[in-house]
This record gives sequence, structure tokens and C-alpha cells, in this order.
Amino acid sequence: MLKQMEGSQAVAQAVALARPEVICAYPISPQTHIVEGLGELVKDGRLTPCEFINVESEFAAMSVAIGASAAGARSYTATASQGLLFMAEAVYNASGLGLPIVMTVANRAIGAPINIWNDHSDSMSQRDCGWIQLFAETNQEAVDLHIQAFKLAEELSMPVMVCMDGFILTHAYERVDMPAQAEVDAFLPPYEPRQVLDTAEPVSIGAMVGPEAFMEVRYLAHAKQLMALDVIPRIAGEFQARFGRDSGGLVRSYKTEGAELIVLALGSVLGTLKDTIGTPATGASRPAYGGCPAAGKCRPAAWARRCPLHIPPQRGGRSLGPCQSPGPHGCWLAARQSAPRTGRWPGRCCAR
Amino acid sequence: MLQIRIHGRGGQGVVTAAELLSVAAFEQGCHAQAFPSFGSERTGAPVVAFCRIAEQEIRLREPILAPDVLIVQDATLLHQVDVFQGLQPDGYVLINTRRSFDALGLSDISRKFRHERLTTVPATEIAMKHIGRPLPNAVLLGGFAALSGLITLEAVAHAIGDKFSAKIAAANIAAATEAFAYVRQQMEELAHA
Repeated sequence: MLKQMEGSQAVAQAVALARPEVICAYPISPQTHIVEGLGELVKDGRLTPCEFINVESEFAAMSVAIGASAAGARSYTATASQGLLFMAEAVYNASGLGLPIVMTVANRAIGAPINIWNDHSDSMSQRDCGWIQLFAETNQEAVDLHIQAFKLAEELSMPVMVCMDGFILTHAYERVDMPAQAEVDAFLPPYEPRQVLDTAEPVSIGAMVGPEAFMEVRYLAHAKQLMALDVIPRIAGEFQARFGRDSGGLVRSYKTEGAELIVLALGSVLGTLKDTIGTPATGASRPAYGGCPAAGKCRPAAWARRCPLHIPPQRGGRSLGPCQSPGPHGCWLAARQSAPRTGRWPGRCCAR
Repeated sequence: MLQIRIHGRGGQGVVTAAELLSVAAFEQGCHAQAFPSFGSERTGAPVVAFCRIAEQEIRLREPILAPDVLIVQDATLLHQVDVFQGLQPDGYVLINTRRSFDALGLSDISRKFRHERLTTVPATEIAMKHIGRPLPNAVLLGGFAALSGLITLEAVAHAIGDKFSAKIAAANIAAATEAFAYVRQQMEELAHA
């Protein structure tokens, strides 16, 4: 059903359509409206059975989500900025335990100085934590990605972050086609955990292991990330077949054919980029997949002679990079701030 | 694409005005996007909100620097903030005041832009009469419907009805309707002048 609504309220409704059984969150701008919306849905009995647990911090929020997920409940939380950093220790535990928690990150800069506005340094700081990160371009895509995220998390037994630009999306009113509950139920079956904490048959999870076993666990996590490269587009395809919308997936290109300059970007800036790009000489491409070990998957980058990786402006003056590791496409990742004043981008594609 | 910038002060419902306008446009079958400019959302501080309306999907998300429409909810901002910055040559301006553009010290604006697209309406007074609180936001949308004809009073009323409880909605719709009639009368007088 088409509605004109705020991004946060749309995401709250989409999360509710996925029938989470435990929601726990600590409020932080610009995430607040999402959990407020979910709190109201639970309180009014419109989302049931679901327990909304108030916690005293983001660290507690993720810890509760871990406990609930390990006990077999479909679990959800949301945060942003310093909140994500505060929960970081538990974020790693969630992925190490392979728990299919879904978390919205309403992307916001990290202080100091304190800054409530949008950039991606919060989720990028957790790039290697073992979660999958999906980035939304529009509020419609934010809705669709949340529904896909639960399926992805549960199929792979790993947690998924859905990242949406703070304020730019969370506080924007725009048209959203809200899926029907019956359709979402058909797309996303009830969560069937592989293993459940049970007081009748107690087990320890995440207990101490030596380096050998730890390496196996990390290898498995890596293998699952690689499997995600096949699962993400398959789920996007299944979503499109049911809901008729091309949402999610790995990389999406816009006028990249034959381009000399291709901008790789994440999130809502893609809309503005598409409007800016008027000629076929330049193009924008979007990896919807953070961390991206997708050598060979992100094709458009190989076409271009130059390939800047757009990282949204760090308005607090802090830079992510330059990140001295080769990117997934043979490109060197470089933060925008490090671009020299000549206007030339430092990110030169090494693929050719 | 029609780009609207709304200026006001924190507490006057500037963000809600943009939201209501986007819902009204949606009701008319358009694509619409409304978003606030955050940072100074303290009561009384200058606040800006934006709305874009288009036939097709709206992709860009930049703040509106070259508006086609300016709605000024608080006339005390006129000589404090450059509200007219970027206004397009054929732009519409609606200011919440009983005074004329000349009396506001805006004669140069009257000369520079199309005078039939510039008007004022005492939205706060109308709000006090119907709602009992100085909330001019929904009232001004009624005035804007009359000034531009780009959205209908019915769509504005529908958006107000969606947003508020029945009693508050009814008072706001009555106020918006009065503002619509006020602006329409002003425009007729101008046409016959």
C-alpha cells in the first residue's frame, strides 16, 4: 500500500512486519523515531507476541539481543554513532556466535566535536566485525532491506546491519509502498534456530577456545561472508519475484557502460549522484555490501580508468583514511578528505 | 519539479508544514519529499524545512537553495535571515503577517519578482481564532493553495485530517479554509486594481 510517511516510521512498520519476538534498544538521534514507533506498536498490541525491553545502554541493548537470539527469538535492535561504538564489544560477540540479529544503524558522525549529522563512520568503524552491512538509498529500499535482512541473517546464521543515512532518510517524508503482512509472512517464514539455549539441557556458548579452534571459527565466519555474495542477490531476486520491486542486491550500476570515471558510493547520496550524472561519460555504481571481499563481483570498477570511492564528507573534520589496504576491486580506498586540492581523486584503479 | 522552502521558528510547526505539504501533494498523485534542516531545533530559533513535489520519482536529497516557493511563518525573520536567497524569478512568496510587502520594508522584493505571486496572510491571527494557539503552519498551506493553485484546499484538508486528531484537525481545516478565502480575495482585488 502506497503511503507518504517518515523514513523512521516506515522502518518501524517494516520491522514489525518481520514479526520480531524481542526488541531492545537505547534511544539515540537519529535512530530514536524508529524505536519509538516500534515501542508504540508493541504497547498497542499491534505487534504481538513481542517483548520490548528497555535497557540502560547500547551495550546492554546488544547484550539482550544476543541473549534473546541465543534463546531462539527473532531479535532486533537499532542504534547510531557513539551508540554503535559503545556496543562494539557485544557487536563482535553477536557475529562470533553466529546469531542472526538484525540491527538498524541510522548513520551518524562520531564525535568529538559532537555532531548529530550524517556520515558513515559509525558503521564503517565496524566494517570488519563479521556482520553484513546493507545500505539503503531510499526509504523504500530501507523498508525492503529490513525484510530481506531477517531472511539473510537466518539463512546464513549471521547478524545483519541495515544502514540508512541519519536525518537524510530517517527524517525524510516520501512515498513508500508498504508490503502486506501476508506477503511478508510468505516471504519470511518463522525463525527456526539451529541451536537454542535451554535450561533443561544447559550448554555454554562462546566459551574459551584455543587458537586452533578460534581460527576455525574465524574461517567459518569468512566463508559465510563469501556465501553471502551468492545469498544476497538470490534473496533480492526472491523479493523482486514476490513484491515486484528491484531492491537490495550487491552492486547496482547507473550509466557506467564505457565510463572513464565511476563513483562507488553507498546510501542516499546515490540519488543526488544519479541526478548529477547527465552524460554517459561518467557513472555511479553502488555496492550494497559493506566490507565487500567481492573480488571479481564488482565489475563496473574494472571498466573505469579512475575509480574514486566516495565516502560521505566527514563534517567533523575526521577522516577515515587513507585506508592502506587494497580494496575489493584492486582499487586503493581513499577518503575524500585526502583528495589533493588539484581536484584529482587519489583512488586510482589498479585493475588495468 | 516544484521546490518549496519554509522558514519559521522552532515551535511553529515548520517541519510539520513541510510534511503536510508533501502528504497533500501525495494525495494529488504526485511524488513528494519533505525533510527538515536540523541543527537549531530550539524553541524560537530560526528553522528551515524543505519540500519537493514532482511528477516523477525525486532522487536528489540536497537542501533547497533555489526555491520556487517561499513560505515565511514568522515575519520577524525577514531582516534577520536572508529568506529570499535563491528565490527563482517566477517564484511564489507567502508571508505570515497582516502587513503589506511595502510596510514590511520589502519594496525591492515586490519590484524584483512577479507581484501577483507575492502575498501575505495573518495566519497566526487566524490560528488563534480557530485553534486557540499561535500555530500558523497548516493555516499557511491553505493560503498557499489559493496563491498558487498548485495544491488544492481539499488535499491540504486531507493531509491535516491524516495528521491530527479529529478535533484539532477540524480547527486547523477551518483556519486553512479561512486563509484560503483571505488570499483568494486579496488576489481578486489585485487583479481588479
